[in-house]
Amino acid sequence: MSKKKRQNEPLNYSKHILPRLMFWFAVIMLFFPIISIVIYSFNDSKRITIWRGFTFNNYTKAFFDLGLREAFINSLTIAAASTVISLVLGIMSAYLLWRFRFWGRTFYGSMLSLPIVVPEICMGVSLLLFFNKVFGGISLGSSWPANLILIIIAHVTFCFPFVSMVISARINLYSFDQLEAAFDLGANEVRAFFDVVLPFLKPALIASAMLAFTLSLDDFVITFFTSGPDSVTFPVKVYSMLRFSVTPVVNAASTILIVITVLLTLGGMAVQKKVLID
Amino acid sequence: MKNMKKEKVYKKPAFWFFSIPPVGWYGVFMLMPLIMLWAFSFGSTNEQFQVVLTWTTKNYLTAFQPIYLKILLKTILFSALATAICLVIGFFVALYISFSSPQWKPFWLILVILPFWTNLLIRVFGVSTMLSNSGMINKLLEFFWNKIKILEEVLGWQILSGDYFEPYDMLYNYGAVVAGMVYVSLPFMILPIYSSLDKLDISYLEASLDLGASHTRTIFKIMIPMIMPGIGFGIFLTFIPSLSTFLIPDMLGGPNAQMIANVIQRQFGAGSNWPLGAALSFILMYITFAFFFGHMLYGARRDKR
Repeated sequence: MSKKKRQNEPLNYSKHILPRLMFWFAVIMLFFPIISIVIYSFNDSKRITIWRGFTFNNYTKAFFDLGLREAFINSLTIAAASTVISLVLGIMSAYLLWRFRFWGRTFYGSMLSLPIVVPEICMGVSLLLFFNKVFGGISLGSSWPANLILIIIAHVTFCFPFVSMVISARINLYSFDQLEAAFDLGANEVRAFFDVVLPFLKPALIASAMLAFTLSLDDFVITFFTSGPDSVTFPVKVYSMLRFSVTPVVNAASTILIVITVLLTLGGMAVQKKVLID
Repeated sequence: MKNMKKEKVYKKPAFWFFSIPPVGWYGVFMLMPLIMLWAFSFGSTNEQFQVVLTWTTKNYLTAFQPIYLKILLKTILFSALATAICLVIGFFVALYISFSSPQWKPFWLILVILPFWTNLLIRVFGVSTMLSNSGMINKLLEFFWNKIKILEEVLGWQILSGDYFEPYDMLYNYGAVVAGMVYVSLPFMILPIYSSLDKLDISYLEASLDLGASHTRTIFKIMIPMIMPGIGFGIFLTFIPSLSTFLIPDMLGGPNAQMIANVIQRQFGAGSNWPLGAALSFILMYITFAFFFGHMLYGARRDKR
């Protein structure tokens, strides 16, 4: 009812000139930079802002750039590994908070929101310091994928609290009686968890896995501080390309990353919708 | 639930199984590094260029020297400016979306959220190409400049000086940094305001207009006080991340327009001052926490009323 009323004059502010102007200004402003990156990725020129005709060469160049390809594989490996680990830790953390009443429970629960409040740069330098002082003496090896372990640790550290929060939101809807019923019917802790609680969490698991994957894939600041010269991720590689030589190859690489993120988000939303309907 | 509460948690192996991995990970990789950083901020560098913990407050005193203090104040000032610009644009955008027809609403929302899905680095790179000397904005200005030049010749007036268009240097100053922060944060301002506007009962607005108040008065006296929670949350989501932004001043500001995060990053580069960097990090963190708790207190007080 109120929705219909909103269309009535003179209250309908979407018909007023100022909101309308601001909306289109904002939309154009938000899209222009991204669209111009995509357009100039097809530019047949050494400079990014001077148009010299249409070409796909930048994409082939980006594809055959060994550094870029390596960084891309690194990014996907790190994102996959940190998603799996964050998911396991996040499930444990959410289940722990829901199932048990223990000393320091509220404290732990509120501490989990720390990664939201602590500035990324502070987390980045603290991990840099920690890895340097604690892991500095231990050689983890520079061969793939051992060189990625530190970045994976860093990513899990900021991803799993988010996973835990998403799963907590779902698990709090679950009735404790069902778990007690499972125990009464003779299930042990392991079976009750895997056969009773876990299936209920399925939509939250998918949502949080997607969240962790995109958080890890997109992260620049924390990765920037924890990556070494032989362990570079895609955003860090693009950053260093921007530092040294800005050519349309960077635009092509960026466009690939844009397409991947949008596809991942859309795919994740589709999967989630399907799960929710089931 | 009651039975479960009473059982002896610490004797259950399941409790230890579920608690040790997440709590342990959190303690080791989240809290330990922060504690180390905190301890480092009281350390000093010895003759062998190693950092030793001496519990000195020297680093904090250095951090409050004019060069760093100025950057810190500029960080707060320009974050506030970016937040204010976001608030003005975001309010009108949210107003437009929430009053547009129901079949268009989801589409407009997606339009606003979509850019947020792309990587931050790429968005900032996009802004930097836009603002560059051969970028889109300068091209547009050049286009109008040339048109005015033609008009000048026709009318015989002198409006613009010079024979050629000189591109404006828009990059590498605080203006570019503020533009970047507005660009990155705008969706975070629009969405909370939109969600509280959408829940607003519009009969209050109708009553105000019926009783003879102008639109301006209705918006300022009726609408804005009622959507204050959304505005507060939007300010929070815009201001706090802006304070610690590293990438935006790094790519758009350059050496002339630095924010506190860039200073911190430089202290952790090759051959520089880690204890000072640690002290600056904690000052940034304390400021962030102060604003965070301020926001929470404000929310709690508002809810009580």
